[in-house]
Formats: sequence, C-alpha cells, structure tokens
Amino acid sequence: MQPRSHNFKENAARALHDDVLQSALSNVRSGFVAKRARARSALPEFDQLCNEARDIKNHTLAHLDLYLEAYEAKVVEHGGHVHWAADAAEACGIIADICRQQNARTVTKGKSMIGEEIAINDHLEHAGFEVFETDLGEYLIQIRGEAPSHIIGPAIHLTRPQIEADFRRTHTDLPAERDLSNAENLVAEARAVLRERFVAADVGITGANLLIAETGTSVIVTNEGNGDLTQTLPRTHIVIASIEKMAPTLEDANTILRILARSATGQDMSTYTTYSTGPKRDGDLDGPDNYHVVLLDNGRSAMLGGQFHDMLCCIRCGACLNHCPVYNAVGGHAYGWVYPGPMGAVLTPSLVGVEEAGHLPNASSFCGRCEAVCPMSIPLPKMMRHWREREVDQGRMPLGQRTAFKAWAFLAKRPALYHAATSIGVGFLSLLGRRKGAIRSLPLLSGWTRNRDLPAPQGRTFQDQWRAGWRT
Amino acid sequence: MPGTRQSRETPARVGLFVTCIVDLFRPSVAFAALKLLREAGCDVEVPRLQTCCGQPAYNSGLRTDAREIAAKVITAFEDYDYVVAPSGSCAAMLRLHYPELFAADAALAPRAQAFAEKVHELVSFLVDVMEIDGVDASFEGSVTYHDACSGLRELDIKDQPRRLLASVKGLELKEMDEAETCCGFGGAFAVKYPDISGAIAERKTRCANEAGADCLVAGDLGCLMQLAGKLSREGSGMSVRHVAEVLAGMTEEPAIGAVED
Repeated sequence: MQPRSHNFKENAARALHDDVLQSALSNVRSGFVAKRARARSALPEFDQLCNEARDIKNHTLAHLDLYLEAYEAKVVEHGGHVHWAADAAEACGIIADICRQQNARTVTKGKSMIGEEIAINDHLEHAGFEVFETDLGEYLIQIRGEAPSHIIGPAIHLTRPQIEADFRRTHTDLPAERDLSNAENLVAEARAVLRERFVAADVGITGANLLIAETGTSVIVTNEGNGDLTQTLPRTHIVIASIEKMAPTLEDANTILRILARSATGQDMSTYTTYSTGPKRDGDLDGPDNYHVVLLDNGRSAMLGGQFHDMLCCIRCGACLNHCPVYNAVGGHAYGWVYPGPMGAVLTPSLVGVEEAGHLPNASSFCGRCEAVCPMSIPLPKMMRHWREREVDQGRMPLGQRTAFKAWAFLAKRPALYHAATSIGVGFLSLLGRRKGAIRSLPLLSGWTRNRDLPAPQGRTFQDQWRAGWRT
Repeated sequence: MPGTRQSRETPARVGLFVTCIVDLFRPSVAFAALKLLREAGCDVEVPRLQTCCGQPAYNSGLRTDAREIAAKVITAFEDYDYVVAPSGSCAAMLRLHYPELFAADAALAPRAQAFAEKVHELVSFLVDVMEIDGVDASFEGSVTYHDACSGLRELDIKDQPRRLLASVKGLELKEMDEAETCCGFGGAFAVKYPDISGAIAERKTRCANEAGADCLVAGDLGCLMQLAGKLSREGSGMSVRHVAEVLAGMTEEPAIGAVED
C-alpha cells in the first residue's frame, strides 16, 4: 500500500472522533496489557529469557551474512530454493514468477507483515491471480479493503457488528436469515468459507517468525492453524521473510518463542508453532512439492551497524503497540502504513523515508513504556529521538517551531538574560490568570489551550523571589 | 522530629536544580523542596546560573543546543555533593542523558559522568540517599498518586513517594487505575499533537476521578500542569499538587490552576 504517514495528524484526528474505533481500542488496553503482565509474572525467568534472546539476536546480527548463507545451504540441501530480493518490487516479481511457473490460479496466504510491506496481494491480483487471506483478521481486512491496524491483530480495530455486516455483504450465497450475532457463529462461517480456499489453492504463501540457520527451517506461530493448511495443502509453498528473522539453532529459536507469545498475547505458547523444512520428502504424507524462500532486504542491511541497528532485533510481538498511549488513542491506521505504534515510528522512516514518515517519531510523549515492555529491550524512544535529530539536520523542522526553539535556546544559554526575560513573561501570564487561576485561551499557546486550561503562574519566578529574599 | 536520617559530621552540600517549569509556574514547589532538604539535614544552595536542563531541545532533535545548555548546567553544579531536582523528568535528563550527550566528547564525557552520578530526584533522594522514612506534615484529605513516566521508568521511583505520603498525618492514599500510564504531556508533544495529548489526558483524569480522591499528586510539574489544565477544563473539583508541597506540609498556597477560596 502507498504510505499515508504524512497525513498522520489528519488520520489521528479522524480516529479520535471515531466512536466505534475507540470502543475497539479499549479492548487492546484492557486485554493485551493485563494478559502480558500475568504471563510475565507467572514465569520467574521471563526477564532472564529476554536477556538471552537479546544476546542471541545480537550475535546473529553480528554474523548475519554467515547465518544467511548457512541457512540457504540447508534449504537447498533439503530440496528447496532460496531467492534474494533487494526490495519490494524484486520480491513481488520473484513470487509472481513462481506462481506463473506453477500455472497457479489461486493463492492462499498466511498472515505475513512482510507480505503487507511489499504489498504482495495487490501485485499478484494485478498479475491475474486470485489471492485469499486465511488468517481470520487478515481475511476481514481483505474483504474490507483495509490495511492491518496492529502487527499481531490486523483487525483489532473492528467490532463484532461491523464483522457481521461485512460477512452479510460478502458471503451472499449463504442464507440471509442465519444467526451471526455471536463470535462463535462468525468464526464458524469464516472457517467454512476458508476451508474451500485451502483445498483449491495452487500456491500457499506464509511469512516466518523465525528462520533457523542450523536446519534451514522456517517457523510460524498462529492461533488458528491456518498457516499449516496454507503451507501443506497447495503444491507450492513460498515463505517470505526479511533477513533479520534469522536464529542460529533450534534451541535459540525456542528461547525467542518462549518470550514471543507471552509478550504478544500473554499465552505461554501460540496454539500452533509450525516448522517447515523444504518440500515433501519420500514417505511424507503431506507437504508441498515445491518449497521456495524469498529473503527480503528492503533497507535492512543498511540499518546494520547504524543508529537504527537495534530495531533489527524486533520480534514483532506488538507489546510496544499495546502499551503505547498514542497507539491506544488513535489506533494503527493513523500511522498510515504497515507498521504502527512505537516500532512503526522507528521502522517506517527507515523503510519509506523520513520525508514521508516524519510525524511518526515525533508523535510520542517519550513515556518510555514501549522500551520497558519490549522483550528485546530495544531503545525505541532513543531511536525516535535520532529521527528527530535527522529531521533537524536535514532542515525539515517547521520554521515556526525552529524559530521558537532557537529563541528559547538562545535565552537558556544566557542565565542573566533568561531570568530577566522570564520575569517579564511570568508577570504577564500571572496577571492574565490571576482571577481564575487558569487561563482558558492564549493566542500563541492555542495548541495547549484548545483542549485544556493553562494553570497560571503563582506570581513572580522562583529566582526573583529567591533573590529578593521573600522566603528563605 | 520523626524519621530523620542518621547524623553526619558535615551536612551534605546540595545544589537545588529548580527546573524551569517550577521556576516559572510554581515556585512553591522549590520552596517545599528547600524545606524538605533542610529538614533532612542538607546544606542547600540555589545556583543562580541555572535555567533549564535542555530537555526540550534534546527531545526535539536539537542536539547541539541541548549540549550547550547541558555544559552550562554541569559547570554550575558539578562542585556540589549532590544535585537534586523536584522532577523525575529533569533529573533523568541530567543523570542519564547528559552522559549520552557527551559520550563522544573526550574532554566532557568524564565530567558529565561524574556529574550525573550526583543527580537525584527529590523524593527518591530523601528516601534512598538521606534515608528518611517519614515527614513531619499533615494533610486533611485523600490523594491519588500519578507515577510520572521518567521518574518511574528511568529512575525507579515508585515506592519512595508512597512511603513518605503514608507518614503524612491525616492523609489517605487512594490508588487509581493505570497510575503508571502516561498523562499525555510529553513536553513539546503536548502542543505539537494537542488532540492526541488531550485524549490521553482525558483517560487519565477519568482514572483519577474514579479513584475518588480529593487531590491528585505527582512528582513532575509538567504532568501536573497537563492534568490540572484538563481537570480545570472539565470543571472537576479535584485539586492538583506537587508531592513536595504535600510532604513539606506547604499546602496553604492555592492548588495548581486554582485560586484562593
């Protein structure tokens, strides 16, 4: 999808006035946050596991070239194919070519954020293939023509009545009087519809939560089992994954998996953890005849060793979104592209440019909760600050803001002048607010006073009072 | 006097970092800090050569300006035994972010590090360093405490203010839901993204109201300006005060954003 991150303010304003969205978002706050907290306190070694996982990731990134080559060799050894894609266009081209070679008509997809990043559905549909999402959340947003609003709960912005309406609109061959008033019936209907797609598919595409160098295995975690059906039923299985998904060994992968679900949904493990290693072997009952892995760079190798290196440790658990006051206020669509919340605020400018996504790292109160709950301790606020620094260095700070900051900084470096100037300013403000204690509107501070009062200063500045010896 | 720390041969020399927002908007917080520090046995001075910690510049990407302001703060304060600020946010800036600002500066890095180690937020300084376990103050009514983000997550300030509040005569602490959730202030964020900032504040004032306390208390004036401003706009009767005023027993001044009855 085309990024619309530059519209963040407008997107956010719309989201804040969308009552349905606000009611859906309250479930994120109450659900995920409490579940993660419970899962963490139930596992005494949770923090230690996080440290181990972080060490594994640091080690892997330091030797990423070696592990990627080792992984490729293993995949080939098992009869699979590995394709290297520098960017989204290359990745889409490779995948469409494989589908053509297989004379495919229909493609099923497991949930994949890389699929969203490269917009594979649009590309395949333009190329004449039918594409069906099989993760329930992804299926919902596909029939609505929307982007995911959360990296692990793509349809978290929807409420049950909206889903019922979408199903009635889309599944027109089913009886109109059927009961869709509860979640069970909605899930049963989606299951029945999707079951036909699984069986009919020629190609199945899945993402990967992890790639294991030791064995050439890709790992996905799901709660619906749709990933298993997507990758075992069609003749051809394509894995799309970005290069930083690598883990050296099965043991390492397990360490990361133990913190992934706990951080994400608060589960000990996701319902299904599926390992796939190459095509069907002699004697295997199920599995694809062809196995392809498309490894996507798309700007990541350029992040290695730089200011945003640590972002490559992200395991896409979504904890930073769930705990973010900004994400919780405006939801994922406001961020305007694929990755929302704090991780998106750091990653999106890396992938689509700070010109497009400059708002995202600015729209943070730096409360630090994202970093505190990140299982990989990624310093998200620090990296958002780095993006702000880059904007300043590139002269992208709006002139009004820049002038105000420069004037303030000029004074802040000159204490005598500062005290004289603030003495006058505070005197003026306290006169304005003397009667009521708080100021309801102020031209230069309308950003503040549009939705809250400005408490008036008490009177003279502390420095004035202190120097005058008013109180000691 | 209850809960005084063990005696020292020479009193600790403390430089009070007033913070710009206290200097401008609420001097009574600095006077309360002075009283608390003196009662704890400190010899307190207020260097005139202080303005702001530089955080607004630092968080807006103006690293050079932040560094120049920081260098002035270090020079003004580095000779004290301790540097104490009535704000977790400003104290975290001095303690954690100054060393980062000068990490690549061979001359200033060691000075920034040595300075940083002397810096404390007021209430955690009283409890953790001066080993105070109570204050001599009274407050008639109930308070709910908001854990300001920087203090909580960067400086581990959680129990210290609650411990001292528990020693205030007549005070009842009523915890609110989501005490650890951001108030939406975030410095320049509050004016750059006012609608989002306001929505976050609204959620917070709802939690505070539901706690049913008379007074909302926190250790950072930024958060308190945000929440007092929001409560005032909502027409709430809840008063808002800095924790230092309550602990010092200096609540005769009107609450934040209020006038005398």
